[in-house]
Amino acid sequence: MSAKPLAPAIEGWHTMQVKPHLIGSQCTECGTYFFPKQNDYCRNPHCNSTNFREVELSRTGKVWSYTNACYKPPAPFVAADPFVPYAIAGVQLETEQMVILGQVIEGLTVDDLKVGMPMELVLEALHETDDDIKVTWKWQPLTQ
Amino acid sequence: MSDEIAILGAGMHPWGKWGHNFVQYGVAAAREALADAGVPWQDIKFVSGGATIRCGYPGFVAGATFAQALGWQGAEVNTSYAACASGSQALAAARNKILSGECDVALVVGADTTPKGFLAPAGGYRPEDPDWVRFYLGITNPTYFALYARRRIDLYGDTLEDFAAVKVKNSLVGSKNPRARYRKCFTAEDVAASAMVADPLRLMDICATSDGGAALIVSSLEYARKLGKPNAPRVAAISTVTPTFASGVLEMPDIATDSAAASGVEAHAYRSMIPLKAYEEAGIGPEDISLAEVYDLSTALELDWIEDLQLAPRGESAGLLRAGDTALGGKIPVNVSGGLACFGEAVPAQALSQICELTWQLRGEAGDRQVEGAQVGITANQGLFGHGSSVIVKK
Ligand SMILES: [Zn+2]
Repeated sequence: MSAKPLAPAIEGWHTMQVKPHLIGSQCTECGTYFFPKQNDYCRNPHCNSTNFREVELSRTGKVWSYTNACYKPPAPFVAADPFVPYAIAGVQLETEQMVILGQVIEGLTVDDLKVGMPMELVLEALHETDDDIKVTWKWQPLTQ
Repeated sequence: MSDEIAILGAGMHPWGKWGHNFVQYGVAAAREALADAGVPWQDIKFVSGGATIRCGYPGFVAGATFAQALGWQGAEVNTSYAACASGSQALAAARNKILSGECDVALVVGADTTPKGFLAPAGGYRPEDPDWVRFYLGITNPTYFALYARRRIDLYGDTLEDFAAVKVKNSLVGSKNPRARYRKCFTAEDVAASAMVADPLRLMDICATSDGGAALIVSSLEYARKLGKPNAPRVAAISTVTPTFASGVLEMPDIATDSAAASGVEAHAYRSMIPLKAYEEAGIGPEDISLAEVYDLSTALELDWIEDLQLAPRGESAGLLRAGDTALGGKIPVNVSGGLACFGEAVPAQALSQICELTWQLRGEAGDRQVEGAQVGITANQGLFGHGSSVIVKK
């Protein structure tokens, strides 16, 4: 990996610290969480709110399910050459009562995962540009 | 019951990768359905089309496009777009027109042509588009099917051999269907030798996209009697319900589910809710079903659908499969058309093709695929953006 600066692959969707959080929003009236952020209307059918606060979502949860990508996805995915398969997990957040999808960190395979396994959010490179290294959120097994 | 309509005719252009305009498939299916019904085109009062979004303006106004191709004769038209449920929504529009007394006989038709090359989202930097986001992060369509399949393995003990057995079962019966695209009998060894795409799903566990067209002629029960077809199969229920908040299942193309954190809100699984309205509307229960046509986008998804239709308790459909109960000749045959495994998906035609199969089965005209004594059939499908449907057809 080069000495280029790190930049978020998608601006404003997660914090950049070592123990990162996804940035979502929460309805100030009913408490429903949204990721990506929702600031215009609450999708809870019992709520007419248009007021939201930005919140950092829980950075740990449990595996809802998992798989991998054995073949290179089409653009806008930017693949390494040669393509390296990666694992993917949907992780259930307890407080937010929602499942969030993401890649699993490099080097792990589906054999390292199990439904219900505790996971935590980290940042890792998604791809490089001429100017910087684009990082995104990924899941890794929770190290106590 | 007065809220039923009759299915007088069914027709399909064979599924394949023919490379023709979608209109050609729709016209062929419509003409076959008209001939099957014994209803002249000039007598059709309403043409209800399933839209295709891949074929430009004619696809957006499919009802009118098919009416023009068959020869303008003044019929009113409708076009429905509801992803995989488009055909069912087009059928629902025809049913409303018939039950309201505005029209006595209608044509429902859908057709599609597969895109040339890979259908990828538009480029640029567009984080407001969930489809762009998920492809950028490396999440493809098989990812979602594989997440559902993996839960079956970890929670219920299903195996790769079970998934392969679905493919083997469907390819055996699909080999007897002249309208199917893939008519080769595959073995468990063939499936196991195909490349892993999204673990635990292999290439042969996942359905392709196809060209195809399907059509139905539907009418009031009175019109059917006058035509001398008082015993034509009937549409007993159509469910096209949307999800109930909060959706707790990761659905394509989303990167996250709804949150069920608010008080009074609980997480729901949309797929299992689609048939509920159909059963209620028909006054028919899962125990009455003779056969089911379900949306097997993957082999494992067929097993999920069997439980969503309550044909087996949650987690137990692989047991039915292993016992041969879901095969032709079993207690509750599933996908005796061959399913998407043998057809591939032609979105606006697919829900109608499921009903075509039920129609032929209930008339006892399914030949080598015939389910003995078929009385009641159910379809089920689910697509993007909260679209899904389930239709019950009975004798
Ligand atoms: Zn709210």
